[in-house]
Formats: sequence, structure tokens, C-alpha cells
Amino acid sequence: MVTDSSSTQPIRETARPVHQERTKISTHEVDVFYGAAQAIRKVSIDLYEKAVTAFIGPSGCGKSTFLRCLNRMNDTIDVARVEGTILLDGQDIYDPKVDPVQLRARVGMVFQKPNPFPKSIYDNIAYGPRIHGLATRKSDFDDIVEWSLRKAAIWDEVKDRLDQPGTGLSGGQQQRLCIARALAVQPEVLLMDEPCSALDPIATAKVEELIAEMKMEYTIVIVTHNMQQAGRVADRTAFFYLGDLIEYETTAKLFMNPREEQTEAYISGRFG
Amino acid sequence: MALTAFTVLFAVSIAGYLWNRRAASVLREGGARLHSLSGFHGLYSFLTAAIPAVVVVLFWLILQGPIIDWLVMSGLPAGTLDGLSKGARQLTLAEIKSIAGGRIFGTPEPWKLEAAERLNSLRQVGSVLMVIVAAALSGLLVLLARQKVSDIFRARHKVERTLSGLMIFCATVAIFVTFGIVASLLFETVRFFERVPVGEFLFGLNWEPQIPLREDQVAAEGAFGWIPVILGTIVITILALLLSIPVGLMSAIYLNEFAPKRVRAVAKPILEILAGVPTVVYGFFAILVVAPALRSFGASLGIPVSPNTAMAAGGVMGIMLIPFISSFAEDALSAVPQSLREGSLGLGSTRAEMVTKVLFPAAIPGIVGGILLAVSRAIGETMIVVMAAGLIAKLTVNPLESVTTVTVQIVTLLIGDTSFDNPKTLAAFALGMMLFLVTLVINIFAIRIVRKYREIYD
Repeated sequence: MVTDSSSTQPIRETARPVHQERTKISTHEVDVFYGAAQAIRKVSIDLYEKAVTAFIGPSGCGKSTFLRCLNRMNDTIDVARVEGTILLDGQDIYDPKVDPVQLRARVGMVFQKPNPFPKSIYDNIAYGPRIHGLATRKSDFDDIVEWSLRKAAIWDEVKDRLDQPGTGLSGGQQQRLCIARALAVQPEVLLMDEPCSALDPIATAKVEELIAEMKMEYTIVIVTHNMQQAGRVADRTAFFYLGDLIEYETTAKLFMNPREEQTEAYISGRFG
Repeated sequence: MALTAFTVLFAVSIAGYLWNRRAASVLREGGARLHSLSGFHGLYSFLTAAIPAVVVVLFWLILQGPIIDWLVMSGLPAGTLDGLSKGARQLTLAEIKSIAGGRIFGTPEPWKLEAAERLNSLRQVGSVLMVIVAAALSGLLVLLARQKVSDIFRARHKVERTLSGLMIFCATVAIFVTFGIVASLLFETVRFFERVPVGEFLFGLNWEPQIPLREDQVAAEGAFGWIPVILGTIVITILALLLSIPVGLMSAIYLNEFAPKRVRAVAKPILEILAGVPTVVYGFFAILVVAPALRSFGASLGIPVSPNTAMAAGGVMGIMLIPFISSFAEDALSAVPQSLREGSLGLGSTRAEMVTKVLFPAAIPGIVGGILLAVSRAIGETMIVVMAAGLIAKLTVNPLESVTTVTVQIVTLLIGDTSFDNPKTLAAFALGMMLFLVTLVINIFAIRIVRKYREIYD
């Protein structure tokens, strides 16, 4: 509920014990370069299945860049170069045999600014299933659309106007539409790049609530500027600073009892 | 003398600029806080002096001729012009003028020589007077402007208001010229329709405008039905679009979405060079390369191909339109936000799916607007079709036959013998009017579509 995730809530202690979890994505010494400039330095991190991991850090610290490596979105930028290994279920996603197109179907992404296509709500959701051939009959598509919109907790708001343009929704609805759109291709991992930074507090609360529900089934990685948000939604939190991964811990530990001085300085608001 | 007048008045105005600027600077150096910078005081003087003086000199130049003519004619000895018609009076005046210019034929009557002398002296006096008036007026205005220099005088406001007035004037000039063009077109068109019924023009299937201008000429009876002419225009336009739309769109999509930076850096300027080729050069290309090639290709297949095919003209026009459509499509594609590209790729679409399913639908209004503008360019294009299309209006849609276009007909009707009380010549204006109306409607549509699409992302 909305009240659960309001900012007055203390940092949640619900991170599940590590021993029950399986590693979904594992990176080893990942470097990212934009031309000559290095954006990420030797980042090694294990991201766990069916859990929420938050990346925090000041602007320009490389957290979004690193996130975009996980589904090879950096491939679309000419000058970006990625080195090191990133394993998804034990397979190197930068292996030449891996098709980035299929990878992105497994590792979905939600962006900072809601970006619905200028199509109807229905077609926005059906877009992914269509290009991946997940259904052929109209009734199957109808089912996928309803299922996805329900998952993203927006079905009741839009069920009567599925033929209206997705761009006509409010910002928060657009973002949940984009989440539904990503879920429609049945990804295993969902990358969220500051999904609430363009939303008002109420819409933010709805998205956070949604994240908490979705982690039952999906591995979620969220980049956020907002430390309270990381505290509210994430099981584990990674702190990035100037391209380095400084500290990676369960959220409770990172916020209550940080190991590194820089982390302490950042979360207590001394910079950032 | 006009040159002298302008030189004098500009010299005076510039002197006024320097004088006022100096005066303002002196005030400033004296410790006063001036409202406006010295330069604005200078400009104020310049504009105050130059604008009215220029206007006066221009009016003087326009009015001097007729006034002097009137003075000369009314100064003739009483009775000389009695009983002469208007034409004869003008003839007399023209004779006096040529005598004044030194071209004397035979032995003119003494009163004509006298009048010519008067004309020359009046002209001289008028010109000198004009220079004096220009100098005096601008000098006086400079003096008045000098009086205004003070710390509280708002020279900047005055200058800005004057300049914005000048800008409004320039903008209205363009608008009035447009109205003037349309009005002259309309006037002649109405005269054409007084001679040829509107129905015959709009629905007639024959176009044979080469009717006799004078009694002694031998020519056909004439027919003014524009259908075959507009049909030729439509055929050539469609052929041009069939070539330019796919090629232009594909190249835009490639350059914008697929091409590596280096390819783009080379290919785009080359495409822009294509846009800069003069249409007369495209015309050469059409008659010297494309038409013979088509003809010999047709001959090798056993198909008769006319020397001036619609295909050659339309094809080359299509090449001309490629950069036009391509640059419009590129603008439309790059206006689609990057976030939509990422959204699509992030869902696991290929680049091709992204282009066809997301970018293209989002960009289609802009692309359609560009295509419509290309259509109106194709309809109005003249040089290529004058060189490569035919002259005879034939009612056919076969691209391998010779057709003519509206623009070609306008050109052929207005060169050579013309007479503005004859339907042959006036027909050109009627065609021009129709062309204007058609392209106007298409442009309005295009602009509306382009504007509507702009609202989507703003």
C-alpha cells in the first residue's frame, strides 16, 4: 500500500538471507569507455535472482552506464566500449554468439523518462510480443495485454480506453504503461533507470509498490538518485562513485552501518 | 543627379551621426549619466535625417517627369494642340523629347525646338532643385536632432521604434508584392475567361492554343481545354514521385539510423550537392543522357519510344527531388525523440523493426508534409520539362509518349509573338492561375500537416 512505502517508513529489514539466493547476473572487472574517457572501472558485482538491487551514487558516477551494460544498450552508442565479463545465468552476454536483440528480450528496461510509443495503449503493450512472435491470435494478444497491464497495476485505469494513445496518459500512468510494456515480453530481469525521477510523489509511491510486488517473479535492478527510495525498495544497494563500485551490501547494512567512509559521507548527505 | 542627391543626403546623415555621437560623448565625459549610449544618439540623428530625405527624393524622382511633361505641353503656343487626339499629343511630346535628347530628324517646327529647349532647362532646374532640397532637408533634420541630445533623451527607444517600423515595412513589402502578383495574374485570367468560357477551359479535352495573332497569319482554329496539359503535369509528377519517394526515404532512413558516422559525413554533403544542381543542368542530363538511353533501350525491346518521353522528364525530375524528400524525411526522423529508439531497442527489437514500427509511424506526418511540398515543386518545375518534355498536348497517360505540362505551355505561349488582347497569350495567365491555385492548396495542406506533427513532441 501507499502508506507502506512513504518516506517516513524506516529502512526495511526484509532483505532475504543470502544463502537462499541464486546469482542471476555476475560481472567481473567490467570497464566501460566513452571514446578515451573511462566511465566505469573494474566493477565486479553479483546480482541476485528475485531480489531488488539499487545502484546509488552522485550524478555522473557511472551507475546508469553500468546498468546499460547489463542488456547491452551501450551497443547503440557508437563510441561506447565495454570490457570484462558479464554473465547472465552463467553465460557471457558479450559473447559473439549472443544476439543482443534476444538478450534484451530477457533483460527488459524501463527508462528515466516515460517513453510510450505514439500508438494506442494496446499497441504499446502488444509491440514486444509482436516483434518476438509470442502470440499469433488476436485473443492471445488480448490476454497478454490484460495480463501485462494487470501486472503493472494500471489495468483498472486504462481498460476502457485501450485504443487511446499511450501518450495521453499522465506521467505516472505512462511509466507504469512502460513497465507493462517491458513485462509483456516476459523478461527475467528488469532494469530500471531512475524510473521515478520524472514522477510526482504519489506516482512514485505506486511504482515503488509495483516494484515490491514484481520482485516475487523478476530480478530487478534499479538506478536511483533518491536514497530514501533505495532504502524503501531495495534488498541490496550498491554505491558508485566516479566510476568505481565503492560498496555493495544489504540495504540495511549499507545505510545503517556503512563500511566505507565515502558511503557514509554520501548517505549522510555530505556530498552528492 | 539622383546619385548626387543620395550621396549628399547620406553624407549629411552620417555627419549628423558623428556629430550627435560626439555631443553625447562630451556630455558623458562631463559626468552626466545619459539614458542612451552615445551610439544611439548618433543613430537617432542618422535615421531622423536619412529616412524622410530618402522618401522625399524618391517621390521627387517619380513626380518630376510627369510634372515637367505637363509644364512643357501647357507652355506650348496657344492653338498648336487644338483638335489633336490623345495619341497625337503623346506623339508630339515624344518628338519634343527626342529633340531635347539631340536626335533631330528633318526640320522640326520652331515651336517644337523652343519646347525642347524649355524641357532641357526645366530638367536641369528640377535636378539641381532636388539636390538642394535633399541637402537642406537632411541638414535641417540633423540640426533638429542635435537639439535633442541630452541626458534624459531616450534615443535608444526612438531608434528601436524606428528600426522595428522599418522591419514592419519590409515585411509588408513582401506581402504586398505577393498580392500584386496574384492580382495581375487574376486580372489577365479574367480577361482570358471573357474570351474563352470557363467550362471549355476546365473540361475541354483539346489544347491547341496556336491561333493567329493577326489577320495575315495562317494557323489552326484553336482550342483551350487544359485537361491534356494538366494530365501531362500529373503524369510527369507521378513518375518523379515514384522515383524520388522510395529512394529519398530509404536514403534518409539509412543516413539517419544505420549509417556509421564516417559514411554519413561523406554521403550527406554529396546529397546536398545534388540539391544545389541548377535545374537547367538536370535538363541537359534529361535530353542528352536519359532520353537517348530510354529510346535505345526501348528500341532493343521493340517498343517505340518517343524522343521526348514523359519518362525521361519525370525520371530526371525525380532525381532532382531526391535530396528534397530525403532532407525532409531526415528532419522528421531526427525529431523523433531518442527515448523512443531506446524504448524499442530495450524491448528487444532489431533496428529494422524499430525503424518500421516506431520511428516511421511517428515521423510519417513530417514525411508526408515533405512529400506534399515536393509535389508542389514538381508541378511548378519548369526548366527540366521545357527541355525534356514535349510541346504537343496529348491526352495520354503512357509514360513512353511525349506529353506537355502546364509550365511548358506557359513558356511557349509567352515567347515569340505575343499580343495581350488575344486568347493565345492570355491563356498563359489562366494556366498560371490554375497552377498557383493547385500548388497553394497543396502547400496549405502540407504546412498544416507539418505543423500538426510538430505539436506532438513539443
